Amino acid sequence: MPAAPRGAAIARRTAAPGNRLASVLPYVQSLPLWLVMGVFLLIPIATIVVVSFWDDQEYALVPAFIFDNYRDALGNWVTWATYLQTIRYAVVVWALTLSIGFTVAYFLAFHVRSTLLQMVLFQLCAVPFLTSNVIRMISWIPFLGRNGLLNRLLMNLGVTDHPLEFLLFSPFAVVLAYVHLYALFMVVPIFNTMMRIERSLVEAARDAGAGPLAVLRHVVVPLSLPGMAIGTIFVVTLVMGDFITVQMMSGGQSASVGLMMKNEISLLQYPIAAAHAVVLLLTVLLMVWAILRVVDIRKEL
Amino acid sequence: MAIDKGVTRRGMLKTAAAAVGGAAIGSGAIGGFPTIWAQNIKNVTLKQFGTGVSDVNAIAVKCKEDLGFTLQLTALDSDATTQRAITQPNSYDIADIEYWICKKVFPRGVLQPMDTKKLKYFDKIVPLFTTGKLTPDSVIAQGTAPHTVGFVEGKDSTKFSKTQTEWFTLVPTIYNADTLGIRPDMVGRPITEWKDLADPAFKGKASILNIPSIGIMDAAMVNESLGVIKYGDKGNMTKAEIDKTIATLIDLKHQGQFRAFWKTFDESVNLMVSGEVIIQSMWSPAVAAVRSKGVACTYQPLKEGYRSWGGGLGLAKHLKGIELDAAYEYVNWYTSGWVGAYLNRQGYYSAVLETAKAHMEPYEWAFWMEGKPAEKDIMSPEGKLMEKAGAIRDGGSFYERMGHVACWNAVMDEDKYMIQKWNEFIAA
Repeated sequence: MPAAPRGAAIARRTAAPGNRLASVLPYVQSLPLWLVMGVFLLIPIATIVVVSFWDDQEYALVPAFIFDNYRDALGNWVTWATYLQTIRYAVVVWALTLSIGFTVAYFLAFHVRSTLLQMVLFQLCAVPFLTSNVIRMISWIPFLGRNGLLNRLLMNLGVTDHPLEFLLFSPFAVVLAYVHLYALFMVVPIFNTMMRIERSLVEAARDAGAGPLAVLRHVVVPLSLPGMAIGTIFVVTLVMGDFITVQMMSGGQSASVGLMMKNEISLLQYPIAAAHAVVLLLTVLLMVWAILRVVDIRKEL
Repeated sequence: MAIDKGVTRRGMLKTAAAAVGGAAIGSGAIGGFPTIWAQNIKNVTLKQFGTGVSDVNAIAVKCKEDLGFTLQLTALDSDATTQRAITQPNSYDIADIEYWICKKVFPRGVLQPMDTKKLKYFDKIVPLFTTGKLTPDSVIAQGTAPHTVGFVEGKDSTKFSKTQTEWFTLVPTIYNADTLGIRPDMVGRPITEWKDLADPAFKGKASILNIPSIGIMDAAMVNESLGVIKYGDKGNMTKAEIDKTIATLIDLKHQGQFRAFWKTFDESVNLMVSGEVIIQSMWSPAVAAVRSKGVACTYQPLKEGYRSWGGGLGLAKHLKGIELDAAYEYVNWYTSGWVGAYLNRQGYYSAVLETAKAHMEPYEWAFWMEGKPAEKDIMSPEGKLMEKAGAIRDGGSFYERMGHVACWNAVMDEDKYMIQKWNEFIAA
């Protein structure tokens, strides 16, 4: 949130020296934001951090300062295997949504000439998102099932003589649902950055003898990087924190970090769940930090 | 287990909304009066929370009609029930919780025991909940058997008594015996034992429930049936027993035995209806739901017996004066027959059989409780067809089913370790 300091700097520049009210005003103006962030973000996170050091006995939370929760959480191969699995999902889903998102955005931004058609097609992408994502996810189940539509179709066409079981309750199903749910989070920011690319740059590249691929590689991709980074942050954080998609599409047979926490919470083991939450938060922050190191998204903002 | 039955988030919201809509007539509660004023009882509102299973709006409506005061129901899922009971003791007057949860909740001092002298039907409560023995020669099952957490030592005690006292913790609401559900049209052979769940013939077509505290019990039944382990107490395993149980599960998972694991009632129904799964842990209303879609499903009695569960009403510690009197009156009304009949007609069992019987038609009683063929079509309390004439209840009579309980739902001393290992199983 650079709003406050930047505002303050402007205020300092414009206000007469010694006018203290004017220099304080921007902070006062941003106070509601700080209050909202404090109450709904900082305090809850602080609570989670505090509880992660507590002890629990017989369903009671005992204030303490112990590292047992972190030791239990990190000293267990299950945690590592689960993180590995979750990160694997995140990477695969990221790669797929990025390619799909980029292609769709590129088509919309550079191949559709009429602005009206552009907007219509863009809205079309967004329409499915007016329904609940749980519904969109569940609707895959009868489609992919052993006796589902797809299997029946494939068998009628003679493609296979027995139902393909890997279609549902499998990693394949999980990735499919993720891509379906999150592709738009890639399309929107990439489309947004692409629309801002000066068309004259593309023309200049062409005039300088660049073929379509070279234009794509040297002009469009570099200038769309901020959009890709924002989309990546969306997709990666959503997948890392998810538990419901993994549970439903893998038929409960695959683990995810979120699911692990949910199981702990179900037996009221808040401290260890809190420790896992802190570890997950740090992991995701680290990932976001790494993305921001590679791409400067301020350009976009 | 009772609690998670049908408690998808949506279902829960619906029930809660209905409960609020139906019961929000009453004004604020009155407390602290030294004497009872009969006319004032109408102004009392009792707030009860529990599961969607027994906290149905029809009961609140009937309560208002019969007793005059308002019963406000909140339906939650099982995790939320425990949390509410322990962490918000002033937000409710009556807690409808399961016995295994009671084992954790009561010692925390948030509930007060009931004086058995004030319980009109105490002597008629099914002895499972008082002595632990359904019939004098019954063997007491493993796990958290209700009678072990049924009494405390005194009025202000939070210590469970080994013997019967005058201080009763929970008056039972519903209970039942769970087993495996099967698709008789697809399994292709008689299913008689828990180990059939692990039969390679059903590879990729079996399922187990993924609620750790209950799933582990079903797994234990399978393990014991396979002859892999002989448990000291399935409801309170040692670390070594947990290790072995999970190891078997992981083996089965790696062999591809399971198609899916389910967590909610509707998931179990869908798995069965779609034919993804043909043998799995199940709850009785889920079996009924599968059948109501025209798909054959049997709640298969097994040689080793049932895994059982039960819940009851407990009074909040803060209740006193007229509210406490109203609460006793409510509990006595609850056991006086109408509610019992209502619950029996849904396929559960109620606490006081004698009074429930008086509120049921003889043919209904014969079907639900005596295991006899239905003389007429069997209807649910809402008037929906449950079984056609001629049908017989799976597992037979009350005594045949509740007399073969191998284990009660329980909470283990090593539950923290158990969750760790369960997560291992899911991650494997």
